[in-house]
Formats: sequence, C-alpha cells, structure tokens
Amino acid sequence: MSDILLEVKDLKQHFPIRTGFFKKTPLKAVDGVSFTIGKGETLGLVGESGCGKTTVGRSILRLYEPTAGQVFFDGEEVTGHNIQAMRKKMQMVFQDPYSSLDPRMTVEDIIGEPLDVHNLYSNKKERREKILELMNYVGLNSEHATRYAHEFSGGQRQRIGIARALAVDPQFIVCDEPVSALDVSIQAQVINMFEELQEKLGVAYLFIAHDLLVVHHISKRIAVMYLGKIVELADADELNENPLHPYTQSLLSAVPIPDPDIARSRQRIVLEGDVPSPLHMPSGCPFRTRCQYATEQCALECPTLTDRGNGHLSACFNR
Amino acid sequence: MSMPLIRVQDLHTSFFTDSGEVCAVNGVSFDLDHGEILGIVGESGSGKSVTAYSIMQILASTGKIVDGHIYYKGEDITQWKDKQMRDFRGKCCSIIFQDPMTSLNPVFTIGNQLIEAITLHTDKKGKEAKTRAAELLELVGINEPLRRLKQYPYELSGGMRQRVMIAMALACEPDILIADEPTTALDVTIQAQILELMQKLQKEMGMAVILVTHDLGVIASMCDNIIVMYGGRICERGTAHEIFYNPKHEYTKGLLRSIPNVTRMKEKLVPILGTPINMLNLPAGCSFCARCDNAMKICLTEKPEEISINENHKASCWMNIRDAVMAEGGNTDE
Ligand SMILES: Nc1ncnc2c1ncn2[C@@H]1O[C@H](COP(=O)(O)OP(=O)(O)OP(=O)(O)O)[C@@H](O)[C@H]1O
Ligand SMILES: Nc1ncnc2c1ncn2[C@@H]1O[C@H](COP(=O)(O)OP(=O)(O)OP(=O)(O)O)[C@@H](O)[C@H]1O
Ligand code: SF4
Ligand code: SF4
Ligand SMILES: [Mg+2]
Ligand SMILES: [Mg+2]
Repeated sequence: MSDILLEVKDLKQHFPIRTGFFKKTPLKAVDGVSFTIGKGETLGLVGESGCGKTTVGRSILRLYEPTAGQVFFDGEEVTGHNIQAMRKKMQMVFQDPYSSLDPRMTVEDIIGEPLDVHNLYSNKKERREKILELMNYVGLNSEHATRYAHEFSGGQRQRIGIARALAVDPQFIVCDEPVSALDVSIQAQVINMFEELQEKLGVAYLFIAHDLLVVHHISKRIAVMYLGKIVELADADELNENPLHPYTQSLLSAVPIPDPDIARSRQRIVLEGDVPSPLHMPSGCPFRTRCQYATEQCALECPTLTDRGNGHLSACFNR
Repeated sequence: MSMPLIRVQDLHTSFFTDSGEVCAVNGVSFDLDHGEILGIVGESGSGKSVTAYSIMQILASTGKIVDGHIYYKGEDITQWKDKQMRDFRGKCCSIIFQDPMTSLNPVFTIGNQLIEAITLHTDKKGKEAKTRAAELLELVGINEPLRRLKQYPYELSGGMRQRVMIAMALACEPDILIADEPTTALDVTIQAQILELMQKLQKEMGMAVILVTHDLGVIASMCDNIIVMYGGRICERGTAHEIFYNPKHEYTKGLLRSIPNVTRMKEKLVPILGTPINMLNLPAGCSFCARCDNAMKICLTEKPEEISINENHKASCWMNIRDAVMAEGGNTDE
C-alpha cells in the first residue's frame, strides 16, 4: 500500500474558443500538470487569476472531460465510467458560498442530497441522524436544519457546503477558494474547521486560494501555477524560505505581510507587464515575457519540472 | 496650532430603510493631515466605506449625515451647497473604488473619459487636455499612452483599468485621495504594482490618502496611522507600530490573532467567535461585547470612552480604563 491517494499525470484541459468566423483556437487552461497528494495531506495550489487552478480541480472531478492526461485515485484510474462511484470518495467545495447553494433549499435538503444520490441510508430516521451529525461536525446548530440557505451568514453557508461535501464520507476534497468570500474574522473559524476535520477523518485536500499566507498556514506542500503549468512545487516552509523559480520569487515578495517592520524592510520584486493571454501563449517558457533572467533558450524550449533535491521541484533553465 | 486638512467630528451617518434606521456610522472623529496616509480597517459592514463616502457626500439617496461636522481646511463642508460640493469633489478630493469597471463608462474610450475629467476640473482645454491625459497615463505606468487613449475599458486588463482610475482621480490634482479597497479585486503581483504606484505618487504630489481596506498586510506596508472600526465606531487608533505590536482593543487583538502569524506560520489560528453585529439593533454598551472573551458587566450597558494609551495611540475598551484606574493606585486588592 502506498501513501499516495491522488495522482495527476500530465493533465491537459484545452477549451476550444471561437477566434474567427471559421476558426477555433484552443485555450490551454491547464497544459500538462502532474502532482500527487498523500493520504490525509493538504496540497496548496496558488497562482494568479486565470492560471488554471479551478480548472485543475474541476478536471480531477471530471466536471470537464480532460483533453489529455490521467488521474488515479488510490491506484485506480478515474474515468467517465467510474466517476459516479468516485464522487463518493472525491468532493469539491466551491468559492462562493452565496451562489453555490440553492437559496430555496433547506439546510437539511442541501446536505441530504448527496445521501439520496448515493443511497447512503436505509430509512428516514437514519437520513436525519446523518444530517444532524454532519451539521454538528461543521459547527452548525442542528436546530437550524429546516432553515433556508439564504438565512445564513457567509461563514455558515460555507459550513453548509462543507457538510454537504462530507456527507458521502470522502477521502479527498478540492477546496476552491473556500474562505476568500468571507470576512477576515470568520476565515479563521472555517480554516480551523478544515484542519480539525483532517485530524479527525484523515481527509486530503487540494486547497486553492489566492491568500498565500493562508495557503502556507494550512498546506504541507504548495504548487505554484503560471499560465496552465506548475512552475514550482515544494514543502510549504521550504517554498517560502527558499523559492527557486523567478515567478515564485516575485509572487512571494509581493504578498503584503501584516507586520509593519517586516513589510517595510522587505525588497519587493515588482513584475513588469501583465500575464499573457492563454490564447496567445509565449513560445518556450510561459514566464519568459516577464522574467528578468530570460535567455535565448527560454524562447525556444519549455523547461520541465525537475527535482532540485528533497522533492523541491522547479521548472526553469537558469535558476 | 494649524487646522488639519480634514477634520471629521462626531460623524453620524444613517440609512433610512424599510426595516428601520441603519446607523452605519455612530460618532466617528479623526483628523487627516497634509501628506498623511491614513488606513481604515475593520469588519465587513463596520462603516468604513460609509465614513469615506460621507466625506465626499456621495451616499445612496437613503443615506444622510444626521449629526456631526466635516471640516476641510477649517470650513464645515456639511453646510456646503451642492455646487460647492461638486467643486470639492472635482478639485480637492478624489476617490477610487474597488471595481474599476463600475466607475469607467464602457461605451467611451479611456481618452474621452480622461480628457473630460481634465477639461471639467482644470483650465486645460483641447490639445492641452489631451497632452495632459497622455502625461497622466504615463505617470501611472501605462506605456504607449497615445494608443491607450483610443481604447475602451474592456480592452484593458484589471490592473491597467485600476491605473486608469488612478489617473482619472489625479486629473484634478486633488489634496486628498480616498481609495476604497483599491486592490482587493487584483492579483498580488498587480496589487504590489498599484500600491507601489500610489506610494510614489503620494510622495511626489504630497497628497493625503485615506486607504480603506480589510487587508492587514496592505495596511501594514502602506499606512502611517491606522483607524480600526467596529460597529460604526472607531474602536482603536494609532501608528502602525502601536496597532500591530501593542493592540489595546479586544477586537483588534482578535483580528491579529485570527490571521496566520508570519513568524509562527503553523500555529493554530484563534478565530473571533460569533457573527458580525446587526446594525439595525445596536447594543447599548460596547458593540463588540457579544463576541468578546473578556467582556465585563459594564461592557453590556455602557459605551467605553476613548482613552489615550500614549501620545500615538488611543483605544475605546473598558479593560484599559480599568487598568488605568488600578494603576492610579485605586483599588488594587483584587
Ligand atoms: N468553461 C470554460 N470555457 C472556456 N474557457 C475557460 C473555461 N473555464 C475556464 N476557462 C479559462 O481558462 C483559464 C483558467 O481559468 P480558471 O478558472 O481555471 O483560473 P483560476 O486559476 O481558477 O483563476 P481565479 O483565481 O480567477 O479563480 C482562464 O483563462 C479562463 O478564462
Ligand atoms: N445604501 C444602504 N442602505 C442601507 N444600509 C446601508 C447602505 N449602505 C451601507 N449600509 C449599511 O451600513 C453599514 C456600513 O456599511 P459600509 O459599506 O460602510 O461597510 P464597510 O465597512 O465598508 O464594509 P466592507 O468591508 O464590506 O466594504 C453596513 O451595515 C451596511 O449594511
Ligand atoms: S526558464 Fe527562463 S524565462 Fe523561464 S523562468 Fe527560467 S529564466 Fe525565466
Ligand atoms: S469594552 Fe468590554 S466588551 Fe468591549 S472590547 Fe473591551 S472588554 Fe470587550
Ligand atoms: Mg478559480
Ligand atoms: Mg466597504
């Protein structure tokens, strides 16, 4: 038995975009991504808006049919045929607690839906008990079971979404920006809940977020994406102390640090220009249009992720 | 003693809604000096934006300043007529919002909008105004300004649109720039560019800046002085150093404990429990009372006065008042 729960191999997700009357250009939202997640582990996934983080999560769960590549769950390949059964083991929590729940459904119905779909109870009483237990788990008052989603605050709604994901007793959850829409004072409650659930139930997470401090806090390892590719992947502390890829270096240096002394003594590496459109990817290294270390080789070839020691992977010719 | 650039005195702003009066701002006072960068942080719904909008008098039609004064260079602008306020907004004080798309008109080019702002608020006309528009775009770090003037907002990236917004706000060379969550919608690397730009412009042009944000990281790197708001009131104010290293209000302390600590990254976060307060139904005492671990009896019934911790720092929390009384040698035999 290996400790690897999820293995993603050279995953590609290209969306055909109409760019002319008869012309379609593939938008390479995810372009050859590989990583593994261990049992009960949290892998953080960071990168700028539009770099493909959500698409990675959705492709793993086959909410899109991947263009290429494979996903293995506990050694078994996830395919169109077994995906229904797989969704008992893999779940997703969405970014926006305001739009991802149907406001006209009661909490009980929202959490009960996956129980219904997967036939996870033998009678009404058992169904109700399971729902109340789940509500308890995520810190929701079980007296509120018959209330509607729209009657809850953002933090509470995010808990409902998580209870729903937990209903099928999954081993792996894709958490797509689960705290971004919440007020700072509520974020910590939800983050702690994710951590406690992991300790209790051993669930593994792919944790997507744009707040790098939160990702560093919750993740064991972190993957950094740029324009559909993973450019660096390492242990969370190692990545933060010793970033190798030029993009990661500038990304980390741009994070606003909530500590005036550190914030003011720090040297920012300010990037010039904008992220290129994924419809017009630069040749070679996707970062070369903004990279201060770019050389001729960078325009000709695309660097691959290689191990620089102790599982610290980076995709760069020069750093 | 000279008058500050802006003095907000005991401001009360309310919205009159179907469900009743929402007391969004309940007695806020502060000064803003020439060239100062003042940060306003606080809970969502605590009245940060309403405070800023009250200064410019750009509240929703149901909103009204019900009490208090706002002085600009010593003159009470709450008494000004519409025409004077329009001039104030055009020439003295500018604002940039979180979402540049809502404030740029999608059907006009960047050039149309920028040139209009310039002709409206300065005495530059025609060719001169166009040259100035290009200059402004260059100033905010947009290359090929003459080509950009012909483009529409949707043709620009989010970061560029925010730069255009800043250029528009600077068109009238204001004394005061109010930035309401100016970088919240942007990626960290773009955010860093915009913050850097704002710092640079602030230094060069000597404007005063009010920066409204919920991001403690942004506040820590940008602001000289910080105001922390909760429930429509200022619960604590001071220099960045005092607020971050010596917080004296339970909400501020809670806020700092609830975010990851950079030097102890893996330490468990300590959340602020409970839910944000209901502005329709404000408590009699300290508005943070229901969520405060250290609440005392008096906190339920009486609003804590603001007291000075030191010359750079003030807080409104009964704990400090109790400590101060005890330090004076009063009742120490507990
Ligand atoms: N269904 C789709 N059809 C076409 N293009 C898509 C689709 N979904 C995503 N894209 C494009 O794929 C790219 C990656 O999008 P994705 O949502 O994965 O980014 P992200 O990293 O999650 O960004 P954010 O941080 O803004 O959520 C973007 O350019 C996006 O416009
Ligand atoms: N047009 C309005 N009508 C009624 N109530 C309003 C209106 N605008 C604001 N409020 C209320 O006033 C209070 C303060 O709102 P404000 O927008 O100043 O909060 P904020 O501190 O800026 O929050 P955020 O961080 O979410 O932007 C809130 O309770 C809000 O619901
Ligand atoms: S491969 Fe070249 S362009 Fe890409 S990050 Fe490395 S140095 Fe920069
Ligand atoms: S005044 Fe009382 S309730 Fe308010 S923050 Fe201080 S101790 Fe807590
Ligand atoms: Mg996304
Ligand atoms: Mg606001």
